[in-house]
Amino acid sequence: MRILIKNGFVLDPENNRADFLDIYIEEGIIVEIGKELDYTGGEIEIIDAQGKIVAPGLIDMHCHLRDPGFEYKEDIESGTRSAAVGGFTSIACMPNTNPPIDNEPIIEYIRTKSKSVGVVNVYPVGAITKGLKGEELAEIGELKFAGAVAISDDGNPVMNPSLMRRALQYANMFDIPVISHCEDKELVDGGVMNEGYMSTYLGLKGITRAAEEVMVARDVILAGETGASLHIAHVSTAGSVEIIRQAKAKGVRVTCETCPHYFTLTEKAVEGYNTFAKMNPPLRTEEDVEAIKEGLRDGTIDVIATDHAPHHIDEKNVEFDKALNGIVGFETALALGITYLVDAGVLTMGQLIEKMCVNPAKILGLNKGSLGINKPADIIVIDPKEEFTVDINKFQSRSKNSPYHGYKLKGTVHYTIVGGKVVVMQKILL
Amino acid sequence: MINRKDLLGLKELSAEEINYILKTAETMKYVLLQKNKKTPHLQGKAVITLFYENSTRTRLSFELAAKYMSASAANISASTSSVLKGETLIDTGKTIDMMGTDILIIRHPMSGAPHLLAKNVNASVINAGDGMNEHPTQALLDMLTIKEKKGKIEGLKVAIIGDIAHSRVAHSNIWGLTKLGAEVSIAGPSTLIPKDIEKTGAKVFNSVQEALLDADVVMGLRIQLERQKKGLFPTIREYARFFGIDDKRLLLAKKDAILLHPGPVNRGVELSSEVIDGGISLINEQVTNGVAVRMAILYLFSRRGAHYENID
Repeated sequence: MRILIKNGFVLDPENNRADFLDIYIEEGIIVEIGKELDYTGGEIEIIDAQGKIVAPGLIDMHCHLRDPGFEYKEDIESGTRSAAVGGFTSIACMPNTNPPIDNEPIIEYIRTKSKSVGVVNVYPVGAITKGLKGEELAEIGELKFAGAVAISDDGNPVMNPSLMRRALQYANMFDIPVISHCEDKELVDGGVMNEGYMSTYLGLKGITRAAEEVMVARDVILAGETGASLHIAHVSTAGSVEIIRQAKAKGVRVTCETCPHYFTLTEKAVEGYNTFAKMNPPLRTEEDVEAIKEGLRDGTIDVIATDHAPHHIDEKNVEFDKALNGIVGFETALALGITYLVDAGVLTMGQLIEKMCVNPAKILGLNKGSLGINKPADIIVIDPKEEFTVDINKFQSRSKNSPYHGYKLKGTVHYTIVGGKVVVMQKILL
Repeated sequence: MINRKDLLGLKELSAEEINYILKTAETMKYVLLQKNKKTPHLQGKAVITLFYENSTRTRLSFELAAKYMSASAANISASTSSVLKGETLIDTGKTIDMMGTDILIIRHPMSGAPHLLAKNVNASVINAGDGMNEHPTQALLDMLTIKEKKGKIEGLKVAIIGDIAHSRVAHSNIWGLTKLGAEVSIAGPSTLIPKDIEKTGAKVFNSVQEALLDADVVMGLRIQLERQKKGLFPTIREYARFFGIDDKRLLLAKKDAILLHPGPVNRGVELSSEVIDGGISLINEQVTNGVAVRMAILYLFSRRGAHYENID
């Protein structure tokens, strides 16, 4: 299989490429990148990327594939197809499956299944604690050697600070990053949305920002003390950004991510008891959105992840208190980044690619995120100017829980190439 | 004047709509006080109460209001229904809807449940209390009581004392009273004052005494005793000492002030017994007005789809 991508604007921040270049791929490997490459012959697919950006495939370091255990919401097949149309070529799936990813056989299951039915690369994230219960450490060494790229109890915080400290110490020995879902359950105390005027207005129990910030502060202190590599998941408040900024300045090995909903939506989206705007952490306020953007701009926030969290409509079409947390994210993330960050002048297109591709690859230690010679051809061709209207009914994901239905966004994915295989062609999933 | 399908809360209503309901309630009260209380207003209409929480006065009040006006009325309690079999709110609502229900009155422990129901049934949904959100008919009966005694609502100073955070009665009263031009003062333990409540127009005071000063209307709220277990205040004893309303504290209010409480009262906690049974307490009057307000609500919302301007 030979592919020649011609006439596109190649954006490859890791190699400082930002130029009109052609890319030649053979047997799934990038063979040559240069000006006006001339490869002809019978068995070659020519992709005309005129007017488009050619970039390394996006990498999502935080998603939920729900497989095994909750296949009615999503499975590895539907989830990876959803990722592919969103421009993701590699994704890291969180361990809150049933059974959870806290042992080698489950990692094997995910790796095997994703190789057979998945259309993008899938990297499992292992559990920090057995059964995600926050009581005893999982077999972190075995998880790492089985293929886990990070460990996390995502969805459940490790409430016991001593256990979290041990997890950081132990994980550091195996050089595996710890992804922390920062949420003090005692401070959450049954809250279902951000605490503020909207929670008062709607009569819903609020969640103080302190529930997130207290844990962020705790974990950066523990990371500083243990020297371990800590990654803070889904940062949503101005206070968290500031704590991480200070920790980075002190040299703590901390990185962090935010998600598109935290720089595009506020608690106002909950009005009318909109369960598609219910997530954890909850949507905050304008002030937080601005701080998140500033954190993205100044580099405090390294990564934009989706926290793709599919749920069945029956789990959302209920009383707000009962509705499950989370939204699907693969198929809107890039366009939200382009529309709300690049077009708004917060980030350059290159910086967006860094946060959605280069940085997650580095944090997870993947040999990806750039367009290098002899590297696997994980490439996307996108049109950053093309507008479209989000239609949840057209999602490839099995679940449709997105608050962006009807939004007019900019930025479409025309090609997704995974390991030299064309998965999305002219915006159509093959 | 009422063109909406559902009564979900007072925050959605305009001052005109609230006044119209109160005016209708005054008429209904006249009917209620007759020797023969039967009217034909709701003949041929089906009114169902669907209660996911216990209730004595609100449910009975709705049921009697419906029956006085000749509706077919029935009650469903979650504790004795298919809800226990795991049926969802929407499914339960649709089932009731399909039996020809015109008005569906719901009480639910979760805020927004009536809103969810309203979107999924054809019947008019009346909120009889949802979580910490609203209890619109209670606030309307409070306003009717105030209006009867004071002749107006605009310009009055109303002090609401107690657990504001968890009280849907307080929330509905704050929305309704501020819309009608009253000045609402609130006070209670700082752990029970909801975030940014000042943005509603209510004034927050640090002490009950300050909130009560020169009040025309004093409203006590039921303190749920289990809040103490959750650490929101130290003891019932301390609550009564700092936030309880007794004769002495009432002296701070205007001489002709009136006292309201949505009931049931914890005697000796939020109100002293002398105050409850004293001359300015309108707690019993409130109960009667509750029926009148609910008659008005049932009547107005049962006429959905008609051109109301032409009816009166």
